Amino acid sequence: MSEEAQSVLEEETGVVNAWLNPLRDPADRRLPRIAGPSGLVIFGVTGDLSRKKLMPAVYDLANRGLLPPGFSLIGFARRDWEDEDFAQVVHDSVKEHARTPFREEVWQQLAKGMRFVQGEFVDNDAFEKLRETIEELDKAQGTGGNFAFYLSVPPKFFPQVVEQLKAHGLADPPKGSWRRAVIEKPFGHDLASATELNRVVHSVFPRDEVFRIDHYLGKETVQNILALRFANAMFEPIWNRSYVDHVQITMAEDIGIGGRAGYYDGIGSARDVIQNHLLQLMALTAIEEPASFHPKALVAEKLKVLSAVKIPKDLGLHTVRGQYTHGWQGGEEVLGYLEEEGIDPKSTTDTYAAVKLEINNRRWAGVPFYLRTGKRLGRRVTEIAVVFQRAPYLPFDSSATEELGQNALVIRVQPDEGVTMRFGSKVPGTSMEVRDVSMDFAYGESFTESSPEAYERLILDVLLGDANLFPRHQEVEESWKILDPIEEYWDKHGKPAPYESGTWGPAEADEMLARDGRSWRRP
Amino acid sequence: MKIDLTDTNSSKINSGLIEARRAIGAGAVGMVLTLVIVTDEGSAYDALKAAGEASREHPSRILAVISRPGRSPRARAEARLDAEIRVGSDAGTGETVLLRLHGELASQAQSVVLPLLLPDAPVVVWWPENAPENPARDPLGALAQRRITDAVSAESPVAQLATRALTYSPGDTDLAWTRITPWRSMLAAALDQRHVKVESAVVEGESYNPSAELLALWLASRLDIKVERVVTDGPGLTTVRLRTAGGDITLDRSDGLLAKLSMPEQPDRMVALKRRETSELIAEELRRLDPDDIYATSVKYGVEKLHQDGPEHETVDAADPEPAPAPIPAAPVASATRTKAVPKAAAAAPDAAKDAPAKPSGRKSASS
Repeated sequence: MSEEAQSVLEEETGVVNAWLNPLRDPADRRLPRIAGPSGLVIFGVTGDLSRKKLMPAVYDLANRGLLPPGFSLIGFARRDWEDEDFAQVVHDSVKEHARTPFREEVWQQLAKGMRFVQGEFVDNDAFEKLRETIEELDKAQGTGGNFAFYLSVPPKFFPQVVEQLKAHGLADPPKGSWRRAVIEKPFGHDLASATELNRVVHSVFPRDEVFRIDHYLGKETVQNILALRFANAMFEPIWNRSYVDHVQITMAEDIGIGGRAGYYDGIGSARDVIQNHLLQLMALTAIEEPASFHPKALVAEKLKVLSAVKIPKDLGLHTVRGQYTHGWQGGEEVLGYLEEEGIDPKSTTDTYAAVKLEINNRRWAGVPFYLRTGKRLGRRVTEIAVVFQRAPYLPFDSSATEELGQNALVIRVQPDEGVTMRFGSKVPGTSMEVRDVSMDFAYGESFTESSPEAYERLILDVLLGDANLFPRHQEVEESWKILDPIEEYWDKHGKPAPYESGTWGPAEADEMLARDGRSWRRP
Repeated sequence: MKIDLTDTNSSKINSGLIEARRAIGAGAVGMVLTLVIVTDEGSAYDALKAAGEASREHPSRILAVISRPGRSPRARAEARLDAEIRVGSDAGTGETVLLRLHGELASQAQSVVLPLLLPDAPVVVWWPENAPENPARDPLGALAQRRITDAVSAESPVAQLATRALTYSPGDTDLAWTRITPWRSMLAAALDQRHVKVESAVVEGESYNPSAELLALWLASRLDIKVERVVTDGPGLTTVRLRTAGGDITLDRSDGLLAKLSMPEQPDRMVALKRRETSELIAEELRRLDPDDIYATSVKYGVEKLHQDGPEHETVDAADPEPAPAPIPAAPVASATRTKAVPKAAAAAPDAAKDAPAKPSGRKSASS
């Protein structure tokens, strides 16, 4: 190892004579980042998320050789299972949902470290058993006391679970090891509850050891926003109020609320989606260049943007909420929201929300960011569209540019990940006529056919302790500060505008943009 | 879709490619590189299959250059280019062109390939076997940023490694090196967990497997230690042992699938360490197209030593008549079977390979 490398390492870690692995070299980029010895404890392991996303992600990581030897997986749930039953469930879900092909030897490696602990969250014995299991795995599998606790449970149980972890000494890492908590959205339902949740979790786990999963940030396309903006020369010069007319960020789902009635009613789409995913996408689209990709540098820039967000004065004119009604969606007849099972027929929960936000800084002053999300819309799509101003002068006949729209750069987050550019081009022929064309970059074409799933990346980052792709508690609180006044206004004024399932939302949303002389893109 | 062009030229092939793409309704797709495979009729099928699978990860234009110089003087005098264009489902995710170069044209392949390279995209040349002595000086190799050879296909793999070291230029890489990435990453991970000084190391594996030498060279160059090379029956690499003051760190794989990692004071753990298909190796190679400095350091490490310690070591071998027929994995320190520091093994290689090529477990370390 070079002396220079050693001194850099010491500077970074603050440890003199820190260990520098002689087999590693920054230039050796074939060697993947493998997590150190560790294990993952999943609470609520029988749930959908765990079976469809977490377990397959763990397997895919193992299959790609990114998990440490001896990696262990502990399931915690109410079911009366033995370790073998649990292993069987993981086996089935891996076979069904994993991205990479099933290989017996990888399975054998994983299966050795699988344990199941049965119990309720109030059950002291169960947590005592969990502690014993962890200690047993440290001996049998060499996990070294490093464990991440993944709380895949409804948020109302968070306080209970973390208190139990604390009470049984599970949150205190033995010397030289770590304990981390992983929590899923929703991070509260308003500022007060979010602050309270943060307080509870931080009272047990140090701030840096709490990882909030926003799976959107694990997506390649979202990480690519930063690459697109800061690795290229051709976008950044026009990425400001002088050239950008407005930005539209859309997350549309074609499904209804499914079986989530209990969770969804009273929460609504704005809290469910805008507060986390869309505001994160907006922050990444709007941030200034961070000094580095160190988590602290990135979060500092994101916080600047979020705290500069200004909500419209007249919320009645510039926000819209809606509720889907009975209709036909993609060839199937579907129920309206109020007809769904388990929903109060008088519910005023929004299943569609659109808001106009502005960012008060030199780069973005006066450029509206339109955020919209909804269920039972035309199709499932998430995208960020940066719409540019029209050319200041067009030296053509007006008839020649009739079909010319505004230039746009669209980041397609999902599905069909990629980037589209729209610009005018001459229609072949003898007369001058300009029409919009699109130029496409698709991930599926230029890179691997199957990018890693967001959860693979995020679980690996948790095990590595890399917090870059996780929203910090300040970001969560800033987001609620943006959304709270809007929710309060909605509570007091009117009710959601109905829209037919399978359409692109209520007419009010179109009017909202028409007022500004703009219109929604059809994604 | 397939188009056959007989007695053709590069510009007709280019029009053929455009025509084929139009016919299947696809525009110019986002191909990221041109992969040139230099091969013969015999190995073209396997190589194309592997490249086609790798193209799922790296959509590419694959140009298979198949030489048919001809046997008779008459055939040699006639120069002809035949091409077979495959686009769409026949060609992975990109486009494939098989170029058959007859007669004199066989030695002028670059003139055919140059017009067919994708604009502005990197070029990779892969010789599944019979790689030139100096890949960067080869007319086709000179077109490429990345030149992939495979020492395992050589008559004497270890001698081949020495040649690679001598003629190395940035951008060269060898599949024997690619094969050991999982081993290297697992060993690095083991040292992540155990912060100790490695005093010496042993690499065990079948003979005629240059990956074992490369792994030993890598360990020697990174750790600055002596590394012994022991020949076993395989398959492939079987054991790596890092000797430390507290005990050995051992990565042991006897079945080519599942390995066992043993470390002092820690339970044994299983690690999936499958021998990978060629397509996976190629896919890994194509992931990074910048020069692989670590490979360069490793492969060159042996060559320097090779000249220093060479002769001395042959004598050591010869004087050791009684080694057991098979390797002794159980006795880590016992180097009965011609254990030797790597540089020496490599040094002895060229000659030894000629002497006793057929005895993999023989005491002559040459073949290791």
